[in-house]
Amino acid sequence: MSELSTALIADAEVGAAPPVRGTSLLRRSLRLWRTRIGVALVGILVLLAIIGPYVAPYGPSTPVGAPNSNPSGKAVLGTDYLGQDVLSRLLYGGRSILIIAVIATALGLVVGTAIGLLAAYSRNALDDVLMRGMDVILAFPQIMLSLVAVAIVGPHTWVIVVAIALTTAPRIARVARGAAQPVVERDFIAASEAMGVPRWRIISGELLPNTLGPLMVEASLRLTYSIAVIAALAFLGLSPDPNGANWGTMINENQLVLPVQPWGTVAPIIAIALLTIGTGLVGDGIARTAAGIDRPRGEE
Amino acid sequence: MNRLRVGGVWSFILRRLLLGIVVLILVSVVVFLATQALPGDPARAILGRSATPASLAALRRQLHLDQPAIEQYWTWVTGLLRGNLGNSLAAQEPVTTLLGPRLVNSAVLVAIAAVVSIPLSIAIGSWAAFKREKAFDLVSSNLLLVLAALPEFVVALVLVIFLATTVFHVLPAISTVPPGSQPWNNWTALVLPTLTLVIAVAPYVARIMRASMIEVLESDYVEMARLKGLPERTVLLRHALPNALGPVFQVIALNLAYLAGGIIVVEYVFNYTGVGSAIREATFNHDLPVIQALAMLIAAVYVALNLLADVATILVTPRLRTRL
Repeated sequence: MSELSTALIADAEVGAAPPVRGTSLLRRSLRLWRTRIGVALVGILVLLAIIGPYVAPYGPSTPVGAPNSNPSGKAVLGTDYLGQDVLSRLLYGGRSILIIAVIATALGLVVGTAIGLLAAYSRNALDDVLMRGMDVILAFPQIMLSLVAVAIVGPHTWVIVVAIALTTAPRIARVARGAAQPVVERDFIAASEAMGVPRWRIISGELLPNTLGPLMVEASLRLTYSIAVIAALAFLGLSPDPNGANWGTMINENQLVLPVQPWGTVAPIIAIALLTIGTGLVGDGIARTAAGIDRPRGEE
Repeated sequence: MNRLRVGGVWSFILRRLLLGIVVLILVSVVVFLATQALPGDPARAILGRSATPASLAALRRQLHLDQPAIEQYWTWVTGLLRGNLGNSLAAQEPVTTLLGPRLVNSAVLVAIAAVVSIPLSIAIGSWAAFKREKAFDLVSSNLLLVLAALPEFVVALVLVIFLATTVFHVLPAISTVPPGSQPWNNWTALVLPTLTLVIAVAPYVARIMRASMIEVLESDYVEMARLKGLPERTVLLRHALPNALGPVFQVIALNLAYLAGGIIVVEYVFNYTGVGSAIREATFNHDLPVIQALAMLIAAVYVALNLLADVATILVTPRLRTRL
């Protein structure tokens, strides 16, 4: 899409906000209830994913009873289509999604920020080359590019990480470039250049701190999407470990027995939903804070 | 708004069109290179280890693998432009025959979803802005925030659980379109997939509509219209709404393009016979000609939607025309 649209959306959604420091933005956003609820939800699910495997009553692939049996004292959420314990698989199934999502989003954030800032700073043909390259990646829905990458190379963890990072980077690059463009025109950049500060020092020391607000907003949005895409890939049957405990895989496996034993599908659905709602609420809280919507009226 | 400005609009459209073509050419190179990057011999990767040398040679010829890469690319791109997409490796029939009916099915799904969700979300967003900080706004804003965070397959399965299997049994959970049949022949099967897509798109459009409308309602010309004593209805529909739509077109285009990805998952959930499920099947079968064709198709849809959105935005936003 054009710079035009980005500018328009930014105008409407955010307005003209002064640059904010990253840490104070996070702290200020916690004044909002939605951020607090979001942090609580994410915290609970991250905790579940980390300590889950240690407290699970059974192993993720241990058969504990007849397939699709209803909840009982032995299996609190019943068993899945292979007779494995639904609760145990739920407790094991969050870790890989979270780890892949965080690593891939962080990688996309670093690469995208570097490209976006470099494009904004260069103000020449390099800007066009970089951003047209980003346009090519943006022409594909994230899920489709990941699906094709996994199909061509194979369902390895690193392929999923690279595919998600690769599709996250251009979206971050756009935001970074948009936020950096007005900063590049400011006098202190020209002053740094006149003093002979090296280019990479200007980009990392002057441009980056002044674009942190919009970048944090975008990063939290991207994390929500990464989680959704990784879970969706597993749901489509493409996860590194086809029989492993993974919320997306669980839903795919137990979908057909929904009328008989709903818990095998419902439990991982609730987990994924609460996780993405949590990251979504945190993202919205940060966005509102960055835009100055959190301030009481009259103070603006 | 004199003639010169109109010329500006045309040259802008032409520039965007050329840019779109450049992006599509780059996309075609990337799609071609990606399929070249198959580890080892693509023919062997497709046919497996037990393939005979004769069948491998035949497949190489069919895929034009015996030619240099540049020539292969040229054969493929010129075929693409003439509507010859090659043969599906899995189905052993032309890609166009395989995808034609599925394309119609998916287009029906996306079109219904767009026709329902766009006016609905514009209405919700505008009304929320009009009733800012009142009950309707607070409820709808929070609900939309939650819905926007949910992945499509989660939405789809929650709908299945509530309306098709566990709680109520009012709608079918499977929406397969049999060969020779049209999707509208069995409209109850369309309800859940369409509803999923509507829920996937509407929150974004409604939120940007609300933000845009709030800005417009605080503007001087809306104040002026009210001071002139115009009825509130006229102020909203004639003065505020058209001006608030500018940023919304961009988000609508982005979301319709996003639907191209959304249908992969949604069609899989409902076993709907469309291009989305074709993408999943083709990736599992390593059906390269089908993957190439669908990748180009989706990229073309994306470029076209963005072009349309840019033009629409320019047409409803006079202040942008002066920036050209």
